[in-house]
Amino acid sequence: MPAENLVEISDLNFTYGKRPILKGINMKIPRGKLVAIMGLSGCGKTTTLRLIGGAIKPTTGSVRVAGKEVGELDTEDLYKMRRKMGMLFQFGALFTDLSVYENVAFQMREHTDLPETVIRDLVMMKLHAVGLLGAHKLMPSELSGGMARRVALARAIALDPMLMMYDEPFAGLDPISLSVIGNLIRRLNDALGATSILVTHDIQESLKIVDYVYFMADGVVVAEGSAEDIKASKLPFVHQFVWGEIDGPVSFHYPSPPYRKDLLLEPQNSYAA
Amino acid sequence: MPHRKVGFGLSSIGHAVVNGVSRLGFASRFFLVTLVSSGASFRRIHLTIREIYFTGVMSLIIILVSGLFVGMVLGLQGYETLQKYGSESALGSLVALSLVRELGPVLAALLFASRAGSAITAEIGLMKATEQLSAMEMMAVDPISRVVAPRFWAGVISMPLLAAMFSAIGVFGGYLVGVVFIGVDEGSFWSQMQAAVDFRQDIVNGVIKSVVFGIAVTAIALFEGYDAPPTAEGVSHATTRTVVTSALVVLGLDFILTVFMFRGV
Amino acid sequence: MERTTLDMWVGAFVVGGLVALLILAFKVGNLGGYDGSETYKVYGEFDNIGGLKIKAPVKSSGVVIGRVSAIQFDNTTFRAHVEMRLSKNYQFPKDTSAAILTSGLLGEQYIGLEAGGDEENLENGDKFKLTQSAIVLEQLIGQALFSKAADEGDNKSAVK
Repeated sequence: MPAENLVEISDLNFTYGKRPILKGINMKIPRGKLVAIMGLSGCGKTTTLRLIGGAIKPTTGSVRVAGKEVGELDTEDLYKMRRKMGMLFQFGALFTDLSVYENVAFQMREHTDLPETVIRDLVMMKLHAVGLLGAHKLMPSELSGGMARRVALARAIALDPMLMMYDEPFAGLDPISLSVIGNLIRRLNDALGATSILVTHDIQESLKIVDYVYFMADGVVVAEGSAEDIKASKLPFVHQFVWGEIDGPVSFHYPSPPYRKDLLLEPQNSYAA
Repeated sequence: MPHRKVGFGLSSIGHAVVNGVSRLGFASRFFLVTLVSSGASFRRIHLTIREIYFTGVMSLIIILVSGLFVGMVLGLQGYETLQKYGSESALGSLVALSLVRELGPVLAALLFASRAGSAITAEIGLMKATEQLSAMEMMAVDPISRVVAPRFWAGVISMPLLAAMFSAIGVFGGYLVGVVFIGVDEGSFWSQMQAAVDFRQDIVNGVIKSVVFGIAVTAIALFEGYDAPPTAEGVSHATTRTVVTSALVVLGLDFILTVFMFRGV
Repeated sequence: MERTTLDMWVGAFVVGGLVALLILAFKVGNLGGYDGSETYKVYGEFDNIGGLKIKAPVKSSGVVIGRVSAIQFDNTTFRAHVEMRLSKNYQFPKDTSAAILTSGLLGEQYIGLEAGGDEENLENGDKFKLTQSAIVLEQLIGQALFSKAADEGDNKSAVK
C-alpha cells in the first residue's frame, strides 16, 4: 500500500459564532507516523482534532480522512469511520458507572457480536498492553489520574483503530506517569501500525516520541518540521515555546496601559473637587 | 436618563423571551429525538431495568414515608371537619378520593422530581462536563440512545407505580388514624370509600395523570442535564431548574387534566 | 451492583406497584363486586329519592343483593325512575315492594326490598308495583306539627 497521507487538511477555516478559531490551516498526516500539534491554549488544536473526528463541520476548507471528506459524511458513514478511530480525551473521560473491564469492553459490546470469552481475552490483552491487567475490577473513581488515563487508552485501542487521537494526554501527570504514557503512545502506534495525532503543549515528552510537529498560534500553522528541526528552530515563537522562555513573542504582560500611569496615581474617582 | 433604562429593561425582557422560546424549541427537538432513539431501551431492556432501579426503587422510601404521613394527616384533618356535620363515616371516601384523584399523582411526581429528577440532571450534566458523552460519540455510540432514552422510559414506567403506592399507603395511613386511633367505624370507612371511588373515573384517571407527570418530569430532568453548561456551577443550576420547572409543569398539567377529567362530576 | 440483584429489586418494585394498583382498584375502588357477577335489571318509580345515589346498595333483610345502576327523572309521570341491578342468585316475587331507607340516623340511603307473596318472580326489565319514597325531614316535621295542632284542637273541643 502506498504511504499516502491518512489525514489531509487543506485551507481549513472554522468560525464559532463570530469568532474565527481556525484561519486557513494545511496539514498532512502520513500513515504510520506520530504527529504532534502544539501551541498555546486556545490556538485551535483541540478544534482541529474535533474537526478530524467529525464532531464539528468546517466553515470552509476540507478535512479528508482515508480519502473521505469527513464534513460530508452522513450519520451512518460517520459512525463507520469513527469505529476506525480511537480518541483519548483529556483526563480520560471514563464511564464512571462502569468498571475498568466494562469500560474497555464497551466498544466490543456495542459494535461486535463477539462471545463473552473472546471479549474477555481481548480486554485482558488491551489492559496488559497498558500494564493494568490487575485493575480490571476497579471502578474509575478508585483510579489515580495516571491509571485512569491508561485505562482510557486501553479503551481507545479496543478495536485496533487506524487513527489514534490524543487530546492533552500529558496534562496533570507526575513525571513517572508522563514517561509511561509517552512510551505507550509511541509503542502502540508502532505495534498497531496506526497513525497518531498528539495535541499537547508538553514539549519534553512529545519531542522524545514524535516524528513530525505542527506548531499553531492564533488559528494558523506557524511552523512545522521534525523533532530536530523544531528544537533547532530560530523562529522567535518556536524558540520561546521550546525553551520555555518567559518573554518573547508571547509577552509576559497582559495588555494594559503603561504602569507609570498607574504609579502616578491618577485618581479614579474625583473625591477632590 | 430614564428612557434609556426602560429601553434596556425592555430589550433584556425581549432577549429573555427569545432565549426562552428557542430553548423550548431545542427541548422539544431533544424530546422527539429521545423518543425516536428508544429502540435500544427495549431491545436491550437491561439498560432500562438498571435505570428503573436508580429512579424508581431508590425513590421508594421517600414515597412510602410521605404517602403514609399524608394519609394520616388527611385522616386527622378530615375527621376534624367531618365530625362537625356528623359525617365521620365519610372519612374513607374523603381520604381515598383526595389521594387517588390528586394527591397521589401530584405529590408523588413532585417528590420524584426532587429525588430522581435532580439526580438524573446531575448525572447527565456531569457526564457531559467530563466529556463522557463526547467520548461515547467518538466511539460511534449514540449517547441519546444509550444514556438518555433508557432513563426516560425508566421514569415513565416508575412514576405510575410510585403514585399508586403513594395512594395505597396513604389510604392505609388514613385508616390507621381514622379507624384504629380515633375510632371511626371500620365498616363504613371501607364501604363508603368503595361506593365513592369509581375505577374508571377516579383510579384510571389518576393513573393517566401519573403517566403524564412521569413523561413531563423525566423529560425536563433529562433536558436540563443534557443542556447544562459543562461546569460545576452549570450543573448545580441545572438541578435547581429541574426541580422548579418540574413543580410548575406538574401543577399546571394537573389543573388542565383535572378540568378535562372531572368536569361535571 | 450485580446484575441479578438489580433485576430482583426492580422486579420487586414493579410487582409492588402493580399490587398497589390492584389494591386501589378492588379494595379502595369498586371494581369487582356486582360488576362481575350476573345481574338482571329491575325498575322502580319514586316520588322522592331523597339522597339516594348511583351505586347505593339494594338490600333485603339487611343483606346487599344488588346496586342502584341509574337514576333518571321521568318527564311524563313526574317521578324519579330508578334502575337497579340485582344479583341473579336472588329471585323476588312480582309484588315485592321497594322502599328508600336510611342506614342509621343520618347515614347513606339505600333501597330495601320487602318480599311479597306472588308465585311468579320479577324478571329482567320488570317494575316494582309498590314503592315507598324517602322520608324527607321537612315533611316529617310538617306532619308532626300538623298532628300536634290537630290533637290540641281535639282536646280543646273535648274540654269544652
